[in-house]
Amino acid sequence: MRRETILNLAIPGILLATALIAYAMEEPYIITLATKAAILALAGVGLNIALGLGGLVSLGHAAFFGVGGYAMGILAFHAQNYMPIWGVLEGTKSMPIIWLVALIASALAALVIGALSLRTSGVYFIMITLAFGQMLFYFAISWPTYGGEDGMSIYLRNDFPGVNTLVPLNFFLICFAVLTVVLVLADRLGKSAFGLALQATRQNVARVEAVGLAPYRLRLVAFTISGAVTGLAGALFADLNRFVSPSMLSWHMSGEIMILIILGGIARLSGPVAGAMLFIALEYVLEDLSHYWHVYLGAILLGVVLFARGGVVGLILGREVAHD
Amino acid sequence: MSAALLIEQLLNGLQFGVMLFLMAAGLTLIFGVMGLINLAHGSLYMIGAFAAAGVAGWTGSFWLALMGALMAAAMIGALVEMVVIRRLYDRDHLDQVLATFALILIFSEGTRFFFGSLPLYLDTPDLLSGPTTLPGGIEYSKYRLFIIAVGLAVGGGLFWLISRTRIGIQIRAGEADREMIAALGVDIRKLYTMVFALGAALAGLAGAMIGPIQSVEVGMGEPVLILAFVVIVIGGIGSIKGAFIGALLVGLTDTLGRIMLPQLFGMFMDASSATTVGASLASMSIYILMAGILLFKPSGLFGGQS
Amino acid sequence: MTEALLQTRAICKSFGALEASKDVTLDLRPGEIHALIGPNGAGKSTLIAQISGALRPDSGRVIFDGQDVTALTTTQRARAGLGRTFQISALPMEFTVLQNAVLGALGQRGRAFRFFGNVMRDKALLARAEEALDQVGLAEFRNFVTAELSHGQRRQLEVAVALTLQPKAFLMDEPMAGLGAEGSHRLTGFLDELRHRAPILLVEHDMDAVFALADRISVLVYGQVIATGTADEIKADPRVREAYLGEEDAA
Repeated sequence: MRRETILNLAIPGILLATALIAYAMEEPYIITLATKAAILALAGVGLNIALGLGGLVSLGHAAFFGVGGYAMGILAFHAQNYMPIWGVLEGTKSMPIIWLVALIASALAALVIGALSLRTSGVYFIMITLAFGQMLFYFAISWPTYGGEDGMSIYLRNDFPGVNTLVPLNFFLICFAVLTVVLVLADRLGKSAFGLALQATRQNVARVEAVGLAPYRLRLVAFTISGAVTGLAGALFADLNRFVSPSMLSWHMSGEIMILIILGGIARLSGPVAGAMLFIALEYVLEDLSHYWHVYLGAILLGVVLFARGGVVGLILGREVAHD
Repeated sequence: MSAALLIEQLLNGLQFGVMLFLMAAGLTLIFGVMGLINLAHGSLYMIGAFAAAGVAGWTGSFWLALMGALMAAAMIGALVEMVVIRRLYDRDHLDQVLATFALILIFSEGTRFFFGSLPLYLDTPDLLSGPTTLPGGIEYSKYRLFIIAVGLAVGGGLFWLISRTRIGIQIRAGEADREMIAALGVDIRKLYTMVFALGAALAGLAGAMIGPIQSVEVGMGEPVLILAFVVIVIGGIGSIKGAFIGALLVGLTDTLGRIMLPQLFGMFMDASSATTVGASLASMSIYILMAGILLFKPSGLFGGQS
Repeated sequence: MTEALLQTRAICKSFGALEASKDVTLDLRPGEIHALIGPNGAGKSTLIAQISGALRPDSGRVIFDGQDVTALTTTQRARAGLGRTFQISALPMEFTVLQNAVLGALGQRGRAFRFFGNVMRDKALLARAEEALDQVGLAEFRNFVTAELSHGQRRQLEVAVALTLQPKAFLMDEPMAGLGAEGSHRLTGFLDELRHRAPILLVEHDMDAVFALADRISVLVYGQVIATGTADEIKADPRVREAYLGEEDAA
């Protein structure tokens, strides 16, 4: 077996083991941290489709994370207040329905933002995705129905058929299962015809055009899928916290999702998982150490970018090529 | 809306636009000459504001504070360029984004460490406090007029610097061809450090001048940074003229939108929902402006190829 | 006389004061190799860009396979059957040689929006890709990462990718550049055969290859076609000697 394949199994395995050991040792806080890592990893896997495969440096993925979060928040808000949406649609507390809505809503947001942003490239694209993210951020702040700046709380975690989601380990397992499914799908996506064409657009647009494929459409589809996956992560994140606020849409969120991909290793399947675990672990350890832990996070990030491109997975695998 | 109120809002928009120009000019210069996208530009704005607040607290003089802010931002800018930024010129945009994002984390927490989390305030100097009467009998803040004047003067100075001076020729040549101007014997490293420090000083100046209007706090640079990006996208990367026009467009759209949109919706909605819808739309108006311009000119009003 | 497959009709393009293409009219007929030569800066690259779709002419038209393609994008022209190679290798460098060829085959087939099956196990695409690699002599390098290839091998891969497209006409921008004597001799033999599958518009600096291969030669100087004819006609043409060969001698 290739070493990358082993890592792709081992890294999520470590996450699962962490949660199970924490359960055995009755450390619910660690389970919550593991859940957070699984969810952030999922968001990272989403961004990595655009960033790692497509080379699209989106600094606006918090928009989709937030849209997913608000999809959950709005549906659950209406359900818990027994107040139909626009007087007709019932809210819901059922996770599968919420996930579906989050996927569709964030995919639509990504489709619209992508359609405009992908008319440009390079540094324009970075600035524009950042700006559109900020647009949704300010919209959420100024729209009072769902809490405005203060956000809104959901009193009880949403339901999943046949599972008591209030038990921390159960909710972790749900998130971990979603992450696993998405990882498998992302792996197949990377190796598919679409994945090949998309990776070619990252490396040489002129070639893609010369073989008769349309880069804009490839990128737009990739951006939409990417946004949808990140939106699903947003719905789970909101469920974990039972709280949604504009901070989910802030550009720091976009930056953090990008950071964890880089910490883990860009364009590697398990990179975002490794990165999310490392990010959460750093947060946990450094926050204890110092109130100003972001200084250390910044220094580590700077070090990785300047001296250790390829992140954790890259360090372990050395120069092994990322593709089959 | 009365004419007086409209003129007041126009001036507010102009003042906001001028601030954005100071930010955007540095960003667009740094991108145009060195090809670098610098997210930490907002941190330099913040550093300018804190330096001004610090010097003002110590000496009591607004003018010394302004000088201090300029110098602090320029020096820290030059230092950061020499230690970190110059390693990024040959990297791709992703590395630049990540490294300068890391700098934001370091600067923000560092500032919190030295100055604490409570916002600081800068006093308006006596000379500029209170309103003045404009022709036509309109009362308007002297201090905001001062900002507009400084911004326009700096803008004029930049145009002169770029188009008329030896340094400007080198800067324009650097945009065109890095190797060529190095071959002509210009010290490209020194030129880059200077351009970065100049951009930093402009950001620091903007931050210091905003002190008497807004509170000085950690994170204050980021909203301005993102608006400056919108300005650059609208104006076209690398173009000082584009930055100027874009900044005024954004400043006016934002300021007038906040006042006029709720009134506009008030014509056919009840007052409270008009305020809600109007305020929400106003908060998005500049982004809608940006999207509209993108549809027709993907590389901005004065941009070349992207 | 056979109907031309590819034609430029009175193409003009300027960049500011520089007229890069002046009233260029050329055609490419079935079964032929039509070479386009000219000194550096004559506007060959600009012309190729307008034929392939990367640049729009200011005026004039490009006709391909009976269709006016002037307004079509590069992608659309490729789909219509125009297969090009690049002067400076434009290959995804992280891909293996085989992946590059499969990308071409995928482009030819279309249907890139397949998200699940492993494209590198698609028998039809692999067969086409491997056939093309075989034809240019790169079969044994199929698992090499493209970045590891020599300059000459990249040139060969450029041609292989164009082959996978099974185009109606080839547009080749200096395929011989940097190949070395043996390499260009090989490729010359290969192109000689290839013209019967699809005609080739060949931009080339290797004059031995041009005179050996071309059915017709057009000479571009300062954006203008100053002469078109067989190798012997071109060699004898006084304008060509003066404007083109003369300059080379002087240099």
